[in-house]
Amino acid sequence: MSLDAKTVTRIARLARIGLQPEEIETLGKDMGSIIDWVEQLKEVDVTGVDPMIGTGLAKPRLREDRVTDGNCRDKVLSNAPEREGPFYTVPKVVE
Amino acid sequence: MSGIHDFTLASARDALKARKISAVELTNAHIDAIERLDGQLNSFITRTPDQAREAAKASDEALAKGEGGSLCGIPLGIKDLFCTNGVRTTAASKILGNFVPPYESTVTANLLKDGAVFLGKLNLDEFAMGSANLTSAFGPVENPWKRKDSDAKLVPGGSSGGSAAAVAAGLVLGATGTDTGGSIRQPAAFTGIAGIKPTYGRCSRFGTIAFASSLDQAGPMARNLQDCAILLESMAGFDPRDSTSVDTPVPHYEAALKRGVKGLRVGIPKEYHVEGMPAEIEALWQQGMTWLRDVGAEIVEVSLPHTKYGLPTYYIAALAEASSNLARYDGVRFGERVSASTLDGLYEASRAAGFGDEVKRRILIGTHVLSSGYYDAYYLRAQKVRTLIQQDFLKAFENVDVLLTPTAPSGAFAQDEKPTDPVQMYLNDVFTVPASMAGVPALSVPAGLDARGVPLGLQLIGKFFDEETLIAAGHAIEQAAAFHHRPTIHAGVSA
Repeated sequence: MSLDAKTVTRIARLARIGLQPEEIETLGKDMGSIIDWVEQLKEVDVTGVDPMIGTGLAKPRLREDRVTDGNCRDKVLSNAPEREGPFYTVPKVVE
Repeated sequence: MSGIHDFTLASARDALKARKISAVELTNAHIDAIERLDGQLNSFITRTPDQAREAAKASDEALAKGEGGSLCGIPLGIKDLFCTNGVRTTAASKILGNFVPPYESTVTANLLKDGAVFLGKLNLDEFAMGSANLTSAFGPVENPWKRKDSDAKLVPGGSSGGSAAAVAAGLVLGATGTDTGGSIRQPAAFTGIAGIKPTYGRCSRFGTIAFASSLDQAGPMARNLQDCAILLESMAGFDPRDSTSVDTPVPHYEAALKRGVKGLRVGIPKEYHVEGMPAEIEALWQQGMTWLRDVGAEIVEVSLPHTKYGLPTYYIAALAEASSNLARYDGVRFGERVSASTLDGLYEASRAAGFGDEVKRRILIGTHVLSSGYYDAYYLRAQKVRTLIQQDFLKAFENVDVLLTPTAPSGAFAQDEKPTDPVQMYLNDVFTVPASMAGVPALSVPAGLDARGVPLGLQLIGKFFDEETLIAAGHAIEQAAAFHHRPTIHAGVSA
């Protein structure tokens, strides 16, 4: 079943992806068919099964609390699409 | 006498050490092949011939002194998902079209430390999302193989399609790939080369652009498993900068080639006999069993009961992670920006312009399954099914050492035969996804040609950190299959 325009628009808003009106219908159809297909997971009995977060192969580890990296402001800023001195610039957020 | 384009990575290494050939000569021959053939194949996004020549010169100096690491002077290609210091890294996306990382990924740093010569950055599906290398913002990659009776452009598979095509066509001696649900194994099968997806945690993810962090794993792609073994030994290893990296010693993988398979128990998962599988894939699979049995392995039927849920589980888990990982491309700190009067407007416009259709679709589905009211029904349930999929493998491995399956349900298809239904496209990964979900290692080796003359691969799946058994069994298949076919487009074929 296709996702309706309202649902697609709401999801796109959450994902911060601007959509053209003509994209909404196609995406609704494609997403609907993928969602219908994954519905088959509802037939699996998962009672008492723990969710798998990762493979669990790496053990959490502690390290010494010291600085190991950093002090490279210009490198960090080197790919900024727009900047002023050591700052990223964005449109005004607070009135 | 064989020419410079007949070298494998291993034989080139030996010839370099013996000073029968210079690294500069070898590198120049590969740069020349790229110039001749890659206009058509489009396997490279960025070529770095000047840096490669300099590195080759340094390699020759080291080799002359009897020094140099395991890859000294070996020309490689790097999937454009690995950050390379000072060399543009795009993930085949417009949004990273001008991104120049100020640091090196751990995997590529390891290869450089061992003396490898990088020829450039290889094409892929945008953010590694695809199975045909048709979603790249830098255009599709063409498979160097042709069907016997047609000139149709075939896909190289994906997402590591540029890596696969470049290796198969002899433009590089080996390449890095990444595999999230089959992105090394399926393109390896489609192009008649070998590829290994190691155990999750074997190769560091530091500096590799993330798609689905709990699944992404780097691995080698090369013309045979000996070459892959040499590359993997260099790429692998513990990295404190990746919290999922596992601190376990890296074996000398090349030595495993000679182990043989006598007494090895090879499981055949009965659920992999999927409906509608072409007879020639089924026949190749049977042939693989015979090859292994003939050299002393025991074939055992096993069951992985949750196999059919692998793909839908993958598309929930991987897309949820992708929607979260790709939130960082916001037009503020790096990447392309489209200006707008508000901050949200800037995000929406930058992401609308920067991402391609498949990436948008996947981010949106990932956002949907994580959103309030759907999280438990989709995401949490998928994580629980993932536990069951992993348990299937762990149970099977109580009884067998390795599993044998086909790598993909078909050979390479033509660019214009791409299914229009996204779900149909996803079915390409039906045999590769479950091992990714479980985190176990797997590889693909070329095993034969289909009726149209296009290569087919067999997959082996192993126990956690037992890549050596995979390599041993895979090498037994290589020896039996004696796959020495070459694609139509190859560096060693003069026009």
